[in-house]
Amino acid sequence: MNKREFLKSMAATSLAAFLPEFVFAAPTTADTYRKLLILVELKGANDGLNTVVPYADAEYYRLRPRIAIKRDDVLQLTEGEGLHPALAPLLPLWQANELAVVRGVGYPNPNLSHFRSIEIWDTASSSEQYLQQGWLARAFRANPVPREFAAAGVIVGNADPGPFAGGSRTVTLTNTEQFLRQARLATPGRARGNKALDHILGVEDEVVQAARGLGGGAALTTTFPDGPFGNAVRTAASVLAGREPVAAIRLTLNGFDTHQNQPGIHANLLRQLGEGLAALKAALLELGRWDSTLILTYAEFGRRVQENASSGTDHGTANAHFVLGGGVKGGLYGEAPRLDRLDNGNLAHVVDFRSLYATALQRWWGLDSVGPLGGRYATLDLLRS
Amino acid sequence: MVYSRLTTLAGVLALMGLVIAGSAVASGVATSATSATMGMDDARHLLARTGFGPTLNEIKTYAALTREQGVARVLAVVPAIAPAVATSAPPAWVQDALRPPRELRNLSVEDRRAYLQQQLRQSFELRAWWINEMRVTPSPLAERMTLFWHNHFTSSQQKVRYARLMYRQNVLLREHALGNFATLLHAVSKDPAMIIYLDSATNRKDKPNENFAREVMELFTLGEGNYTEADIREAARAFTGWSLEQDTMEFRNRPFLHDSGDKTVLGQRGRFDGDDVLDILLAQPKAAEYIVGKMWREFVSPEPESVEVRRIAATFRDSRYDIRAALRELLLSAAFWKEANRAVLVKSPVEFVVGSLRQFDMSADDVASLAMVMAGLGQNLFAPPNVKGWPGGEAWINSATLLARKQFIERLFRTEESLRPAFASIPMTGAAQRQQRPLLLAGARRAPLNLPLFESQRWFTGFSGERDPAVERVLLAAAPANPVPAELSRREWVRHLAMDPVYQLK
Repeated sequence: MNKREFLKSMAATSLAAFLPEFVFAAPTTADTYRKLLILVELKGANDGLNTVVPYADAEYYRLRPRIAIKRDDVLQLTEGEGLHPALAPLLPLWQANELAVVRGVGYPNPNLSHFRSIEIWDTASSSEQYLQQGWLARAFRANPVPREFAAAGVIVGNADPGPFAGGSRTVTLTNTEQFLRQARLATPGRARGNKALDHILGVEDEVVQAARGLGGGAALTTTFPDGPFGNAVRTAASVLAGREPVAAIRLTLNGFDTHQNQPGIHANLLRQLGEGLAALKAALLELGRWDSTLILTYAEFGRRVQENASSGTDHGTANAHFVLGGGVKGGLYGEAPRLDRLDNGNLAHVVDFRSLYATALQRWWGLDSVGPLGGRYATLDLLRS
Repeated sequence: MVYSRLTTLAGVLALMGLVIAGSAVASGVATSATSATMGMDDARHLLARTGFGPTLNEIKTYAALTREQGVARVLAVVPAIAPAVATSAPPAWVQDALRPPRELRNLSVEDRRAYLQQQLRQSFELRAWWINEMRVTPSPLAERMTLFWHNHFTSSQQKVRYARLMYRQNVLLREHALGNFATLLHAVSKDPAMIIYLDSATNRKDKPNENFAREVMELFTLGEGNYTEADIREAARAFTGWSLEQDTMEFRNRPFLHDSGDKTVLGQRGRFDGDDVLDILLAQPKAAEYIVGKMWREFVSPEPESVEVRRIAATFRDSRYDIRAALRELLLSAAFWKEANRAVLVKSPVEFVVGSLRQFDMSADDVASLAMVMAGLGQNLFAPPNVKGWPGGEAWINSATLLARKQFIERLFRTEESLRPAFASIPMTGAAQRQQRPLLLAGARRAPLNLPLFESQRWFTGFSGERDPAVERVLLAAAPANPVPAELSRREWVRHLAMDPVYQLK
């Protein structure tokens, strides 16, 4: 490449890509991000109706003759709704008023493709809008995470950057100790203008910086469940035990695309979820972080109300999600699903998913949510302060 | 960034080729710049993009060809493979009859578990077979295209469970790897592993399962945004009846489960069956554009040029979906050779591992270990993460996978005395870990990893002098990103180049 081509390619690449995020705004006070956000992705699209079960609704049993959760098995929360029995580990949180259940979360003109719909969720776009940057990356750009933090975001498990995509200081790891051992193989470097190369150089930088901040943590006494989600929770806890803080963590539990033989598979997944979240609470209590942590579940969509011929469920729309933490006002939010008012067999949404994000940005972190979310979304009154 | 290498001998030769071609034009003889020989850099580029880690000898051979000759050669049918589908023999069990689900249901819990464990072990043997084939094949592009189709028409051992059916799908993909896309689409839609993977057998009249209908439009032919939800519902009805024989797991059409009513798909109305719908999809101009766009991202650059994609897609459609015709246009396009498009693609874990073995001239006694490494880097063959396949590109590289790649290089360059079990520290990205745990556990029993070792004495005999510039040109698609310390030994120098970020690029 000659000099002129090089300059052209420099001009073509947004200047922003070369500047660290703190150039764009006054540094956010460290206190903002001392409050932690943990996102838990239920990948493949969790079946909200068999998670938060409308057990008093005859229509539910009529549409799901084979896969409905029996009334007697439901862990009743109210007279109309209750949890899947495998979520028993969440009952103590419900009783302590630390578990919010938000029903009917979705967005207008839902897209039923896994890939497109999770892109909509990750970028907080509308159904017709294609955005590149994740919603947390946009929030971190507008309100930079202080440099001394080990990282803005930590991805445990599923490597897809999701809400962090497009320029936030994020590291992916599976096991903290292993990460620290290997980090010596990384070398910091400077961007060159080749996008793929810059990406790799950026990852090397992030590794070097994260390794400085994540070490030095004390061992935890909390026991974590076996299995991949238990391991992810363990890793998240060890990240939080490190020398320097992080602003957000994303965990993933895979396997919710239950088109076939749903009951056994789903029960197993929810058991992992329930046990994992209970262990996460225990670890956060041990670290003194439970009151300063907000945990949100999310997924690309819910599942079709009527079961399919394979004892499974096809792709749907609106869904129930959990919000938990020491600062959460427990209870039911949104509205109970209206199975008598389906649109092409799917539930209508009553809470825009961006309202959950706005709640995290505005009410939890005290930041502007309109910029990062590209519009004003009502926040939910589910935090204690 | 690619740097100019014109001062080197091959560059000078290439330049002379251009000069000769130029003078031919001046004297009125019909010819073009493409009649110049490629030289080392072009040859390396072509080989790296269409194969796995080119070696010095391969580069030298291609350097003497013109671009057209080189492209013709990578696309050529290789007689050594042509009658069979691979040069190496598959595991013997691919001939065995499988035990259908009906039979499995009657087994005791222990026997059923043992059978499924056996399938997992076999799937590891299958990976080893394929990886070895990639390493030794005389037609690397055929392997790259088989992998391309595996990532396009995805199916996973994890859901399919029968290793023999995964093998069979692989055979189908390699038969058509450089053949006809329309034929491949029809065949793979009836492939038993695909029937299981996308739930076609449970798609029945009055009880449709939309999984296959959705993915065949979104991922196999048209791409998102080129159909409606109604098209999916209607197409799912057309695919009803496609099923498997209960005993042999062969494809079987069951007319009594087929919805024979009228359907409207993409504006056309008729009593369509599944094949009709596939033909309707293939008739959409978007189908050829979608496939060519995907080939572009695989072979040319991360950002397809829409005008060029449409031009090549037109050729593809005019050829009635001849995959070679599309690839030929793509590989001879100006964009493929453009300097700005060199070293802009990230090697997949398979390319990275197989390419490293080839470039460092290592044999692999224990190929299954390599399969474990690839899985740890995020690409577990026969088990893509979901129906969309591996996202690829920059997504291959995050902090966990980059460190794992570097650690793999470290192990290849370890000294004899530092040999130690490697399995425990091969990291696994969470997704791989979660989804593929059973597969990996089946493999992990055979840990520790047994990786080959770089033998520098032998390797350097192909090069001349202490710091032959050809070393860097073989190993890297562009100048290294990190400065190379002067005081390194030859062996350490090569290791340094392989640890450079540019080594991740092709």
